[in-house]
Amino acid sequence: MTSVYSAEGKNIPCTVIEAGPCVVTQVRTVDNDGYAAVQLAYDEKKEKNTSKPMKGHFAKASTTPKRKLVEFKGFEAEKNLGDVVSVDLFSEGDFVDVVGTSKGKGFQGVVKRHGFAGVGGQTHGQHNRLRAPGSLGASSWPSKVFKGMRMAGRMGGDRVKIQNLEILKVYPEQNLLVVSGSIPGAKGSYVILEK
Amino acid sequence: MQSDFYGIKIVVISKKMDLVKFVNDQVTHNALPSFKAGDTVTVHYKIREGSKERIQQYQGVVITRSGSGSTQTFTVRKVSNSIGVERIFPVNSPNIDKVEVNSRGVVRRAKLFYLRELTGKKARIKEKRV
Repeated sequence: MTSVYSAEGKNIPCTVIEAGPCVVTQVRTVDNDGYAAVQLAYDEKKEKNTSKPMKGHFAKASTTPKRKLVEFKGFEAEKNLGDVVSVDLFSEGDFVDVVGTSKGKGFQGVVKRHGFAGVGGQTHGQHNRLRAPGSLGASSWPSKVFKGMRMAGRMGGDRVKIQNLEILKVYPEQNLLVVSGSIPGAKGSYVILEK
Repeated sequence: MQSDFYGIKIVVISKKMDLVKFVNDQVTHNALPSFKAGDTVTVHYKIREGSKERIQQYQGVVITRSGSGSTQTFTVRKVSNSIGVERIFPVNSPNIDKVEVNSRGVVRRAKLFYLRELTGKKARIKEKRV
């Protein structure tokens, strides 16, 4: 993350995203597949690390092997195999949704994981249970813990969508987007942009 | 519904550090005089009220400079009506009209947070003779 200044001189926190160029490697049609979608490929990959079936897949679109393949539905413009999709789809002032995998937090308690308030005071006889979850439910009925009870456990590493982030800048030559605010995931991770 | 709205245009992306550097380099850098912690400065700050723009002056002691590159900031402390006031200015803010260095101070550290605990004669900073 970094920050840029708006026209009014406000300091806006932002994230830099390298968006594209992506290559269309497959076109799904209603006749063929029952739904319409476009498969985009991004980021170079070594040929020796590519399996033979995938090499054939990329050869069909007459492109080099790529690391990430994602299908997108609802493209406005018709796309053909081998077409390049680049950052100029976006313009400044647009709002986008960003989908990514959040950073793994490991095994976390209920206060961090589910926003429990913890045990309030240090008084009233309380000691050593400041961040405890409390009761899991009633006793003889139902004689079980309900499914989905919020407890401690693994946190993070989930698919997260952040909605309505404003595009502050577009640099077409560098394929860069500057998006306001933070986005899911670690530095260098892959995300999906939806407009 | 108009399908236009649902039109999804997407691209797969990665975040890399040198890209951040590129964006930082695009920020226009203010040409401020060199100053550091201990110096007394006057910051001429642009304030917009409706369509009018005026310049406000804020004088005090620089107690820290923090950050680096285009996101660097400095903190100016002054005592106003016996109440301490600190303002943080981004070095490259377009709202900074200019910065005047009034005097250079002799200090032995880069962060002068100890000034917050001091008042009166103890809170003085020795001036550097030029």
